[in-house]
Amino acid sequence: MTEKIDARPGADEPTDLPPPIISPDSVPDSMWRIRWALFRRSFAHNWKLFRANRVGLVGLAIIGFFALLAIAPTVLFATGIWNSAVYDPVVGLEPNPPVKVMTVVNEITDPETQIDFRHVLLDNRIPNNIQVGEQVEIPQQPAPPDRRHWLGTDPLGRDVLSQLMHGARAAFFLGILAAVVTVIIATTVGSISAYFGGALDSFFMRLADLLIMIPFLAILIVIGAIFEFKLWHLAVVIGLLSGFGGVAIVLKSQALAVKVKPFVDAARVAGGSNAHIIFTHIVPNVMPLSFLYMMFTVTSAIQGEAALSFLGLLNVRISWGLMIQLANTQGYLLQGLRYWWLLFPAGLAVTLISAAFFLVGRAMDEVVNPRLRKR
Amino acid sequence: MTEPLVKVDRLTKLFPVSRGMFRRPVDFIHAVDGVSFEIAPGESLGLVGESGCGKTTTGRLLVKLMEATSGQILMHDDGSMIDVAHIGSDDLRRFRRRVQMIFQDPYESMNPRRTVFDTVSEPLAVQNIGSLREREDRVAQMLQLVGLTPPNTFLFRYPHELSGGQRQRVAIARALVLDPSFVVADEPTSMLDVSIRISIMELMLELADAFDVSYLYITHDLAVARYMCDRIAVMYLGKIVELGDTEEVLSNPLHPYTRALLSAVPVPDPTYRKPPVEIKGGITKAINPPTECRFIERCPWATDVCHSTEHPPLEDKGGGHFVACHLVEKGAG
Repeated sequence: MTEKIDARPGADEPTDLPPPIISPDSVPDSMWRIRWALFRRSFAHNWKLFRANRVGLVGLAIIGFFALLAIAPTVLFATGIWNSAVYDPVVGLEPNPPVKVMTVVNEITDPETQIDFRHVLLDNRIPNNIQVGEQVEIPQQPAPPDRRHWLGTDPLGRDVLSQLMHGARAAFFLGILAAVVTVIIATTVGSISAYFGGALDSFFMRLADLLIMIPFLAILIVIGAIFEFKLWHLAVVIGLLSGFGGVAIVLKSQALAVKVKPFVDAARVAGGSNAHIIFTHIVPNVMPLSFLYMMFTVTSAIQGEAALSFLGLLNVRISWGLMIQLANTQGYLLQGLRYWWLLFPAGLAVTLISAAFFLVGRAMDEVVNPRLRKR
Repeated sequence: MTEPLVKVDRLTKLFPVSRGMFRRPVDFIHAVDGVSFEIAPGESLGLVGESGCGKTTTGRLLVKLMEATSGQILMHDDGSMIDVAHIGSDDLRRFRRRVQMIFQDPYESMNPRRTVFDTVSEPLAVQNIGSLREREDRVAQMLQLVGLTPPNTFLFRYPHELSGGQRQRVAIARALVLDPSFVVADEPTSMLDVSIRISIMELMLELADAFDVSYLYITHDLAVARYMCDRIAVMYLGKIVELGDTEEVLSNPLHPYTRALLSAVPVPDPTYRKPPVEIKGGITKAINPPTECRFIERCPWATDVCHSTEHPPLEDKGGGHFVACHLVEKGAG
């Protein structure tokens, strides 16, 4: 047949098309290659949009920095730069801490009440039979930063930098697991309740209302008080709470907007099943928003973890919250800036990584939602 | 007379309006109210009417995107007529191959995250027809037919990379890829630029011959209907008020509503003065409408007969020209 051409040549042509991805002859073998090329092209396009946003790049840089921190201990222990007896975040001990020489002025009848134990390691370095006038070397723990411990040591003589690095690991593990659980649940629940509506929709939405109503931290404290709470338990609980909660409502509203699009009708007219329509049309169009909420969930998960650890309700080996809790229970928290290395590294880390994921989320928001873009 | 391809008998769709406590449906919008017509194989029927008169609902009922409240839709299939309303799930899948739809909005009728190949091959994929290789060949062939050439430059394009006209061509390719015998076209050109409209319409006519497909062509544009359709049905508030051969209806309109529609068509002559509009203001409500003639509140000629009797039946007034009006004499057609 003859080719149809519009009255004015080029009137029907959109401008600045990217070069076409042309399918070669051997189609089934190269299909995945075409998909990969398409994916790369759309990724490059989205990256260009993301890159235009300074804030998102800052967030990404911070996340990258913490990712390096999380990987660092593996490298440091493997290369032998760090000796695990000294630098282990939990059972490590600095054998030669800085000492303070003190002279005994009164007879010590009961060393446990006479010596400022804040400055004394809990070992037997002070002999029981010490006399007036003798000098004792009292190890200084927590010690301020020095060449061996860049961020000093904690009250138990453990390296703070090592703890910070292992804490970053815990934070990434927790945040990402919680976010993945959230998004899988919320996308499924949102799409299904938007598509089917009716009683199913009512059930999930009332459940979501209920979960939004319950204060987040309060329920975590209650669960933490009743059950032994490991890190991945916390991740799953946070994932369930936000996945069935607020995020499900947001994703459902997006799915509702997709559901009424004519391409969904077209799929149904073609004979597509409900599952086909949900998973090839609705879910892929909800996914960008899902990724956005993934970022925000990471933030709330890390903050929840810090709060729970600070309250001592989490059975975790080491985390940023636990570092602050130790400083608090040992009485160093309210001493102003004197013991800054016990508080600031962990506190800043929680703040920075939360902010970073939030910033990345905001920048992604602009990629996902073209109306927010500056022109 | 040959067996009709589609036979619609007293098709009715009521939308419940929930009010008050417990959301009991107390009122009904009569979107489609007792509509009957037939479409012969290879014939195109135009469904014309103003916004909200039930044209689109009729189309959606025919492709079973909605369930009819009452009435019958019979579709010719392998020598027998199957009842679309009481179709089993296995038969439904087969029915989907025979009946397709082209949507109004080319910008919304393609999934923005799927390529042209995905969109056009979707009916083949959900119907489990052919291998991936065969589908690819078939899609390329369809793109060639709808004028997207060379096909392999369009196969892996996303909708946002195409113009409105190109997208509508893709939508036509998708509708015809299963080789259906009946296609509901819901104002496929109304959202296109005027310069592109004619080429899309020509394409649809050409493909109707090539694929031996009948259209139910829904439009509010009489000129489009005249170009596309063999017969034309004028709808007003859920009822068909006039039905007949396109030229006959347009040159000899018998129902006052059709006359009003035709008088609203602009005339390309600056010295032409429009005759005063013959219809009156008020529109009968579609929610629980009264039983007398639907057009009564706008009809300038309404008489006592119109007020005292029910809505007039669609009667053959001569030569296959059906009109639903008490005042039109038999033999006027």
